[in-house]
Amino acid sequence: MDQELNGGQERPYVTAKASKHGGGRKTLSTKKRYIINALLFVAMLAIGQGLIDGDFISRYQTTVIEQIGIYIIMAVSLNVATGYLGQLPLGHAGFMSVGGYSCAIFIIRMMPVFDLNMRSFVTGEPMAVVLFVVGVLFGGLMAGLSGLIIGIPALRLKGDYLAIITLGFAEIIRVVMLNIDGVVGFELTGGAKGLTGIPSYTNFLNTFIVVGIVLFLIHTMMKSRHGRAILAIRDNEIAAEATGVNTTYYKTLAFVVSAFFAGVGGALYAGCIGVMAPAKFGFMKSIEILVMVVLGGMGSMLGSVLSATVLTILPEALRAFADYRMVVYAVVLILVMIFRPQGLLGTYDFSMGDFLEKLINGELFRGKSKQKSEEVEANA
Amino acid sequence: MTFLTQVLNGLQLGSIYALVALGYTMVYGIILLLNFAHGDIIMVGAYISWIVMAQLGMSPVLAIILSVVGCTVLGVLIDKVAYAPLRNAPRLSVLITAIGVSYFLENGAQLVFGADAKVVPTYFNLPNPQVGGATFNGVAILTVVVTAVSTIILTLLVQKTKFGKAMRAVSEDMGAARLMGINVNNTISFTFAVGSALAGIGAVLYSMAYTQATPTMGIMLGTKAFVAAVLGGIGSIPGAVIGGLLVGFAEVFVSAMGFSVWRDAVVFLLLIIVLIVKPTGILGRTMNEKV
Amino acid sequence: MPNNRHGVVVQMESPNLIPERDLGTIPVLQAEHLGIDFGGLTAVDDFNIAMGRSEISGIIGPNGAGKTTIFNLLTNVYKPTRGTILLDGIDTAGKSMVQVNKMGIARTFQNIRLFSQMTVEQNVLVGLGNSMSTRLVDDIFRTPKHWKQEREFHDQAMELLSFFGMERFANTKAGNLPYGEQRRLEILRALGTHPKVLLLDEPAAGMNPNETEDLMENILRIRDEFHLAVLLIEHDMKLVMGVCEVVAVLDYGKIIAKGTPEEIQNDPRVIEAYLGKQEVK
Repeated sequence: MDQELNGGQERPYVTAKASKHGGGRKTLSTKKRYIINALLFVAMLAIGQGLIDGDFISRYQTTVIEQIGIYIIMAVSLNVATGYLGQLPLGHAGFMSVGGYSCAIFIIRMMPVFDLNMRSFVTGEPMAVVLFVVGVLFGGLMAGLSGLIIGIPALRLKGDYLAIITLGFAEIIRVVMLNIDGVVGFELTGGAKGLTGIPSYTNFLNTFIVVGIVLFLIHTMMKSRHGRAILAIRDNEIAAEATGVNTTYYKTLAFVVSAFFAGVGGALYAGCIGVMAPAKFGFMKSIEILVMVVLGGMGSMLGSVLSATVLTILPEALRAFADYRMVVYAVVLILVMIFRPQGLLGTYDFSMGDFLEKLINGELFRGKSKQKSEEVEANA
Repeated sequence: MTFLTQVLNGLQLGSIYALVALGYTMVYGIILLLNFAHGDIIMVGAYISWIVMAQLGMSPVLAIILSVVGCTVLGVLIDKVAYAPLRNAPRLSVLITAIGVSYFLENGAQLVFGADAKVVPTYFNLPNPQVGGATFNGVAILTVVVTAVSTIILTLLVQKTKFGKAMRAVSEDMGAARLMGINVNNTISFTFAVGSALAGIGAVLYSMAYTQATPTMGIMLGTKAFVAAVLGGIGSIPGAVIGGLLVGFAEVFVSAMGFSVWRDAVVFLLLIIVLIVKPTGILGRTMNEKV
Repeated sequence: MPNNRHGVVVQMESPNLIPERDLGTIPVLQAEHLGIDFGGLTAVDDFNIAMGRSEISGIIGPNGAGKTTIFNLLTNVYKPTRGTILLDGIDTAGKSMVQVNKMGIARTFQNIRLFSQMTVEQNVLVGLGNSMSTRLVDDIFRTPKHWKQEREFHDQAMELLSFFGMERFANTKAGNLPYGEQRRLEILRALGTHPKVLLLDEPAAGMNPNETEDLMENILRIRDEFHLAVLLIEHDMKLVMGVCEVVAVLDYGKIIAKGTPEEIQNDPRVIEAYLGKQEVK
């Protein structure tokens, strides 16, 4: 039965145009796919905000949800460099801290200029919103800039060397944040005691709007000639070069984009936590984000989103077992690497459009067999 | 503090880094893995000394022996449990596993011993010889001597013995070595054993100097030794020693000049500069991918 | 078909083996006294070649003779120790692999190097990417320019795949393709960069006689439809003798013989290199 239905396999590749005329399989246009995704996203935001406004979600829970959003940004951005570019930077927390400090300092310094106080961000005064947007972008840009400075020398090196050099840079960033006040001669980062007085400019709505934008931009970049060049480098760098892919440019691009969005995540983090301290952005934080990417599946955006969500909720849910939490983390990481080195989802990515297409064509439960017959054919 | 004392301090710190760096270099040389857990093996070694002397009240000699043996066994065990199943997996997966092991040891130690520092008792009261007007720290001299002897023994081991020959063969070409009848798994285990034994010696020397054991002590020590190994050219025994001493001296002199808060940054900056100038480190070999 | 715009005849010291139809144009690929040493070892020495715009030439020789090294020199993977490479009359010294590809050399690899996690169509699109012009902003904000380009290049990719009848594999992961198709895809990816010279490194390796037969036909089709020169390394003598107009024999990094397939087949030096010295009777 399946064989018959899959007779279509014999046909040459069906283009969108061709399938409209015949073939019988209903497809969704790209425009429709975008609209559906946008609507679902807005609905999700509305439900979330509704639950918060209706006090169904506590203040504490809201903070955890905001952190989920922030770690989604961190994981997805690291995935650009790890999963898509195939490198292993170990200094993602460094970019996060650059973004966080930059944004927080910028907003704190700009508040008196625009006559804003701590409450202005909670009540959502227009000028506060503008400052938020500029501040987050500024955080991203500063992180992107440091990504560029780090990337140019680091990307000349391969594999392990790149890992260690990024780790080194992140440590340098941490030491700088810790001691910069003594150099500039006035209080900038607050040194070891941390940067305080950060207004809570991060909330559920703006966090997840940023999450949505970040996911969209990374998705669109990866599904374009730029993204293909990045993936080509991952799959075979020498072949990519021989095929005319400017590897230096695209590696730097992926690295800077990864750093930029890490900075955006850091900017939101500063507003969510309210205190920035260098100790929060050590090597361990970088590893924590890496674990999210690896567990989810390197190269899978959905994987990063899911594992960032689970790994942010789990420790909160397991507060009673806080002591064991990190040990379990470590064991899970080792086990996943031994038994499923490609991560839980591998490079699988979810597409709402494809899902709906399958749904309206009644193919939802035939996905597996279809794939199999394709493989059989390919091996024939 | 005279200049000579500072030099001795630099030598002492550098020697410990060199011992640890040798472990990194040997493991990297044979299976191309940056063994992130190596620094944490030292941490375990320090805790073993603490248990034997402070908890069980046994002799320092036993503490030293058990620390070195414990580290050796742990190193081999880590390889067998976590790395051996991944011999044919992508390098990235093995590297992440190594990070996982490191994470496990640190958090496991924290779980068992708590986060606060444990004081490792003095092993021996060493005399502090005086030459001219300056007093030289006995522990520092012992550290330098032990490191020098260990390095010489290691070099002889790698150059002159059958096991050393097997190690070099496996690191050249694992497949060919296997075909030549070399037991690759044993050779790798042996490499881990030697590297971890050196880490055990490092752990004892480190505890003598700093008299503390904390769950996270291996991170910075390991990272810097690792920097030293990369700096000197990973895979090279003299490179590891040069790298270790360089890092040690850099730290001591930056601190002596009153910039101790920038110490770590200087070490990493040194690494970055060296890697930019010579991407394989000071004595590293260039390896080109075959096209 | 041959590009005659240069209209110059180039004097070559090697016997002029450029096919008649390409005479009067400057060679599309010319290497003079090319050589490379690795450490003290001379891998390639005094390699000379001049290829016409629609010529098909082959390099043969025992394993380890330095054939792939020559490809690596021609595509600037290695920097030559001696000699020059002229592509369409322009010196490629100091250029990167990417620049050399953009100047008009594309290649395949002896051990297939596909983008194995990407789909077949994406593999071809990477090759075609050289001609794409959208900026990052166009792509990430999905401007009409992005969509227009994606449509155009999707069609181009499909057209290219249809050259080998591979459209049905468009959405298959390249790594899951059967071996023969992988070799074909590598050729298509190279063709996507619009080369003037295509270098094929053992294209028939691992193929059965039928597939090799197809490949021979396809090499001729590639030359005729894409108007380019093909230089190939091959061990399969039937293929070399069947499609190549000129064959160079390499041994220990040096050309020991050069000529038409017939000349080569009867050359005693070639027989010696392959079979060892025969005893004089």
